[in-house]
Amino acid sequence: MIALFLRDLSLAIRAGGGFGLGLAFFLILVVLVPFGVGPESAILSAIAPGILWVGALLACLLSLDRIFALDYEDGSLDLLATSPIPLEGVVAMKAAAHWVTTGLPLTLAAPGLGLLLHLESTGYLWLVVSLALGTPALSMIGTFGAALTVGLKRGGLLLSLLVLPLYVPTLIFGAETVTRGTDGMATATPLLMLAGITLATLALLPFAAAAAIRINLR
Amino acid sequence: MSLWEYANPQKFMRTTDVVLPFFAVATALCIAVGLVWGFFLTPEAVNFGSTVKIIYIHVPAALMAINAWLMMLVASLIWLVRRHHVSALAARAAAPVGVTMTLIALVTGAIWGEPMWGTYWAWDPRLTSFLILFLFYLGYMALWEAIENPDAAADLTSVLCIVGSVFAVLSRYAVNFWNQGLHQGASLSLDKEENVANVYYLPLLVCIAGFVLLFITLVLFRTRTEIRARRIQALVARERMG
Repeated sequence: MIALFLRDLSLAIRAGGGFGLGLAFFLILVVLVPFGVGPESAILSAIAPGILWVGALLACLLSLDRIFALDYEDGSLDLLATSPIPLEGVVAMKAAAHWVTTGLPLTLAAPGLGLLLHLESTGYLWLVVSLALGTPALSMIGTFGAALTVGLKRGGLLLSLLVLPLYVPTLIFGAETVTRGTDGMATATPLLMLAGITLATLALLPFAAAAAIRINLR
Repeated sequence: MSLWEYANPQKFMRTTDVVLPFFAVATALCIAVGLVWGFFLTPEAVNFGSTVKIIYIHVPAALMAINAWLMMLVASLIWLVRRHHVSALAARAAAPVGVTMTLIALVTGAIWGEPMWGTYWAWDPRLTSFLILFLFYLGYMALWEAIENPDAAADLTSVLCIVGSVFAVLSRYAVNFWNQGLHQGASLSLDKEENVANVYYLPLLVCIAGFVLLFITLVLFRTRTEIRARRIQALVARERMG
């Protein structure tokens, strides 16, 4: 399983496109927002938590259809499915590799982009904490969506329609944590709910995703 | 004789052929009686004026929007466990009905909200959770359409339905936190037990019964269509083979 994890990592980094693309998209989105809503720092700092979370979510979405598509095309997904590792483990490793190549960089880059959006200084800690807690859920849900659409010719657009409603609870609690943290209010409730969603998706969705892959490979 | 006999498409078609007219007549009766009673024979409410009468469409539609997903969940589980094709097709047939009910609830809610709250849309917990439910329905239907192999499509949409229902429940409660500390203006307070007097309650019950019957009728009708479509597919496939 660790070998599979490392293989996916090196593929994502060396094969080009996947790794930096999400980050670049995140950067561009955040740069575009001040042009759209105007450069007043009061407005920007008010909407910064939401924009940063939505940006992270969309950047995550970009790379989802790559999770299984390449392996499906060259047949290595069949090999993985017949390998001694349970398919649930394969799925979990795929999600982990996706998180390391998109969720983790997004989390680390978010404070710098928060600076561009005049995020209040009290919000940075909560931004990093909430993204670190929430992005694994985004990766796992996305992996499930990718598993559902892996056999389809034009799965990309359908994938976003399937995955985005599933992202809503994560987004609500993630942005809520940052907003409350910035205003100096108690953040325990949304933070615990965020952690609960992440743990629940990590516990349950590998089985659903593995079931979807088995159906698609049949 | 067990319930599972009706999973046989032939038997299902024969039974529904007999039953369907009765359901259709009962639906028409209930809805006609409920709506006429509600719209013309009840007094106008003190606070709301005549706009209160939209609840005769809004509340039953909202109720069926949620229960349609529940029915799809049950049908999907039956398909996954016992592999009865009629069950999967019934789930497929229910989705467009459910999405229409959701849309009706959203639109009538917006029409009611404009004079009452001064806005068509507020990011209120109930409104938001319904919008998410609407998106779930769209994704479910799109997945059915996208997959060629009918068995794989039934399997994958069933998995999506199960995962989706967990998240639908979650987002229903998630949005409860949305308002805390943000202080949105409008909030929904049309609570049956508190606000609706008996004069409105009885026709509302008739309307709800009418919508439940309407849902059953439409799903049975659409399931028959799906079965026929599947038969045509099979015939066409056999033609090509020969």
